[in-house]
Amino acid sequence: MSTRTSGSLRTYLLTRLLLFIPNVLIILTIVFVLMRVAPGDPVSVARGGQLPPEQIAMLRRQAGYDRPLLVQYWEYLSGVVRLDFGRTITDSREVTQILVTNGGATLTLTLAALVVAVLIGVPLGLLAGRRRDTTFDAGVRVFGILTYAAPVFFVGLLLQLLFARTLGWLPSSSQATPIMQARVPTRTHIYLLDALLAGDTEAFFNGLQHLILPALTLGLLLSGVFLRIVRVNVVQTLRDDYVEAARARGVPERRVVIQHAFRNALVPFVTVLGLNVALLLGGAILTEQTFNWPGVGSQLVRYLQNRDYVAVQGIVTMFALAVVTISLIIDLVNAIIDPRVRY
Amino acid sequence: MTDPSSRSRVEVRPVRGPAAGPPPSGPVLTVRDLRVWYGTESGPVRAVDGVSFELWPGETLGLVGESGCGKSTLGRGLLGLLPAGAKVAGSARYRDTDLVTAKPREIRALRGPHLGLIFQEPLTRLNPLLRISDHFEEALRAHEPDLSDEEIRRRALEALRSMGIPPTRYRAYPHEFSGGMRQRIMIALALVLRPSFVVADEPTTALDVLVEAQIIRILADLRRNYDTALLFITHNLGIVAEACDRVAVMYAGRIVEQGPVRDVFARPQHPYTRELLRSTISLSTTGLHYIPGAPPDLVQPPSGCRFHPRCPQAMRVCRERFPRATTVGEQRVECWLHGPRELIPDGGDEPLVREEAGVVDES
Amino acid sequence: MATPTVPPPTLVVAPTTGRTRLRRVLRGIVRPLRESHGVARFMLVTGLAVTLLMVGLAAFAPVVAPYGFNQVADADGTRFGNHVPPGADHWFGTSVQGLDVFSRVVWGARTAVAVVLLALAFSLFIGVLLGIVAGFVGRWLDRALVLVMDALYALPALLLAIVVAFLLSEYVGGGVTTAALAITAVYVPQYFRVVRAATVSAKEQTYVEAARAMGAGPVTIMSRYLLGNVVHSVPVIATLNAADAILTLAGLGFLGYGIQPTEAAEWGYDLQRAISDAGAGIWWTGLFPGAAIVLLVLGLTLVGEGLNETTNPAIRVRRLLPVTIPRRLPEQDGEETR
Repeated sequence: MSTRTSGSLRTYLLTRLLLFIPNVLIILTIVFVLMRVAPGDPVSVARGGQLPPEQIAMLRRQAGYDRPLLVQYWEYLSGVVRLDFGRTITDSREVTQILVTNGGATLTLTLAALVVAVLIGVPLGLLAGRRRDTTFDAGVRVFGILTYAAPVFFVGLLLQLLFARTLGWLPSSSQATPIMQARVPTRTHIYLLDALLAGDTEAFFNGLQHLILPALTLGLLLSGVFLRIVRVNVVQTLRDDYVEAARARGVPERRVVIQHAFRNALVPFVTVLGLNVALLLGGAILTEQTFNWPGVGSQLVRYLQNRDYVAVQGIVTMFALAVVTISLIIDLVNAIIDPRVRY
Repeated sequence: MTDPSSRSRVEVRPVRGPAAGPPPSGPVLTVRDLRVWYGTESGPVRAVDGVSFELWPGETLGLVGESGCGKSTLGRGLLGLLPAGAKVAGSARYRDTDLVTAKPREIRALRGPHLGLIFQEPLTRLNPLLRISDHFEEALRAHEPDLSDEEIRRRALEALRSMGIPPTRYRAYPHEFSGGMRQRIMIALALVLRPSFVVADEPTTALDVLVEAQIIRILADLRRNYDTALLFITHNLGIVAEACDRVAVMYAGRIVEQGPVRDVFARPQHPYTRELLRSTISLSTTGLHYIPGAPPDLVQPPSGCRFHPRCPQAMRVCRERFPRATTVGEQRVECWLHGPRELIPDGGDEPLVREEAGVVDES
Repeated sequence: MATPTVPPPTLVVAPTTGRTRLRRVLRGIVRPLRESHGVARFMLVTGLAVTLLMVGLAAFAPVVAPYGFNQVADADGTRFGNHVPPGADHWFGTSVQGLDVFSRVVWGARTAVAVVLLALAFSLFIGVLLGIVAGFVGRWLDRALVLVMDALYALPALLLAIVVAFLLSEYVGGGVTTAALAITAVYVPQYFRVVRAATVSAKEQTYVEAARAMGAGPVTIMSRYLLGNVVHSVPVIATLNAADAILTLAGLGFLGYGIQPTEAAEWGYDLQRAISDAGAGIWWTGLFPGAAIVLLVLGLTLVGEGLNETTNPAIRVRRLLPVTIPRRLPEQDGEETR
């Protein structure tokens, strides 16, 4: 590789990193404006009627709601920089603590769902694209539309009815049975990892069993997205000029399809992954609710029900930051993988 | 055309290339009445409709004609690279194999070591994610699986060197090369397997003039050194004059005239060839000449001779009857001007009244 | 609306009578149906049938549904009973609160259609307006709007809808309008993007230049030239967004942030209640509302994809037809076979 290309790669990475800052700033501003655009007093909404007025006033001061809006905005931004998202009104918890205790469950669920989605979506998409306009292709496309048309909680409900209730094969809610959860000492807040660290295989497999249905539910949603994109990419790469050129050199068809069409069809897949982080996290909120999964999403729903503005604002900010950061990382990884992006 | 007696009557012994050496056993490629049709919603498109020619070792045949006359389809069809939905009939005999009836697997095995193809647009023909070295390894392994890594490298570098690509660039990616370099790499990729028959489909159209001259020199060396037979598809008559031994002029899916380049260019026998030659720019050109009328519809081709609606010398018979192939010197022409007279009905040689033709055409 | 290049509208628009305009609109609707074939046609027809069925349910809910959406007893005052399995009295059974599931599903269709129509109207209006203004005015306004819209687009759709619904529910209450507004926030950026891009490219087109040279004011240009040119790409997006909006609405309802149960029947809310039933093996409270969501989303998606495949020339496939080359007879040597 010549120095010219590595130089342009560096320029690309630098520009992408610099763009990240205004990106984050705008998202944070939008979250702030959304949360504060409504008139009224968040604290009395949350605790109204439960507390005497003096205490409400104290809570307001604590949350900073008595200060001018611009000052609050500044406080909010500088808080985010210090990774301080405030303290919840209803149970006086650090919002970052929510991420620490419940983030592990969300991470487990989303990663497992990604694995499921890739395992289902990519092979189906590749084969459907290869056998375009056959019965198999039509079936795969219908499957893709169905996974999109069925809401995650409905799929979750059906899976619960089938595998948990009727067949009795798998548990239908929470991360593990309570006894197991009590038995495994908490270190990383990722249950499966904790069970492994404790050397407790029984607890580990119990956790895996609990993970199957939620991961399948969320994974099915994403698999539809993946297979559609992979299928279209294969259809396109099979029409690409270099594929015909490889055929003209007498390269065996199997190799043409795998080495040229499939391989090139999967390159934009990393970008697709980046574009679907938002979908994945949104779906995770619903899946967690369906399976009583103790992740950040279920906490968000709980605080929403308690009308805790600080907690909601903090969690939404974290979600937004997660989306932007993951997109950034994926763009950077993509630039390093694909030789074409660099120049 | 399948009648053997009439066939032998119009048979032309082609003039072999200047560097052909001792006469080989026979032509590399013998094409007889080849037809390639595509199905579309408005009816079958007769892209190639009854084409016959031979190609001898070390010979370069230029295939010229306006765009859309079926040149590229003919080239692809010979290598079995037509899109799904194309139908092929007739015969195209390469040594002992009929390329029309051969199984896909057989043609696949021939592509590379026997049949080569050089494309028009070099920029998109290399897989952007594979190194140049990967392309060579893939091509060589596909046909000679027992080659050692060392041998593959040696042969690839040799092919690249003959095209003027330094060995230091062997492991680079396609996007690191210019268009002309990529075309030379494509040629090296085709030649590393030493095919005896190569189709070059407008290999220089996308390149600038200097690179064009370079590529043409490379192709000329090629047939001199390896006795490769070349089907050179182009719309540039200058290139044909410079690089080809014989020329075949295609119009509306048919070869209307073929013969040695010198003869055809000096004494064009078909009115279309004449018009085509007139429309090229030379130093003495003062105004641009063009052939009036639109290129023919390949779904509903004109009756009789396909060129008659645009032909300045059209006769009445041209609209009614399809012309027979006849020989004039070493040229073979499909035109009623060259007879056979006994087949022209009475009064058929009177000039065609043009308005009449228009009416017939529209119906 | 199906053609990729819309001929520039003439400056002097001949007065059209209501009837010819209606005919033109009808032709615009029928054209994709006529021009489609194969898979695309199948998708269009099936999708239209399913969508029309659900919209019909929504329109005629008072006639179709045997009971009201929050009715727990029949006209005599006898309670339906809780968790009654599907049967002659209650086709789809009753829920934990003793509501007739079939009636809930039918009334739910009405809610879904109403919310989606409202949300579509809002987001189309805002998105198209902002997109045209940004694309036409350009400069800092354009850049600012693009940044904001991109940021909105990057947020998880459901999260955005939740936040808006959460804030609105405090002051407006949890009704059809709240849900529609929450969903509007999600889809504005998409219309904005498409319309802005189209406006920017249309602005460069020669006929707009010509109109400007002839002294047409910016408002005339925007409304007459650009709107007509831009709008033909919107139907596909609108249909696909309607499908997505149904899912967002159900998601909101499932999390308790859509329509309050006292206001109207909503499928997502019913599914939330059904989760706890699943453990007890009660399947009918969840299956039917869920199936209703799937049907409506499926119908709309099929219509959208079918439209896309027939009207988008980039993905339209050239149909391959079988050809047979007639054999040539020896006596026809070189002669045409016709």
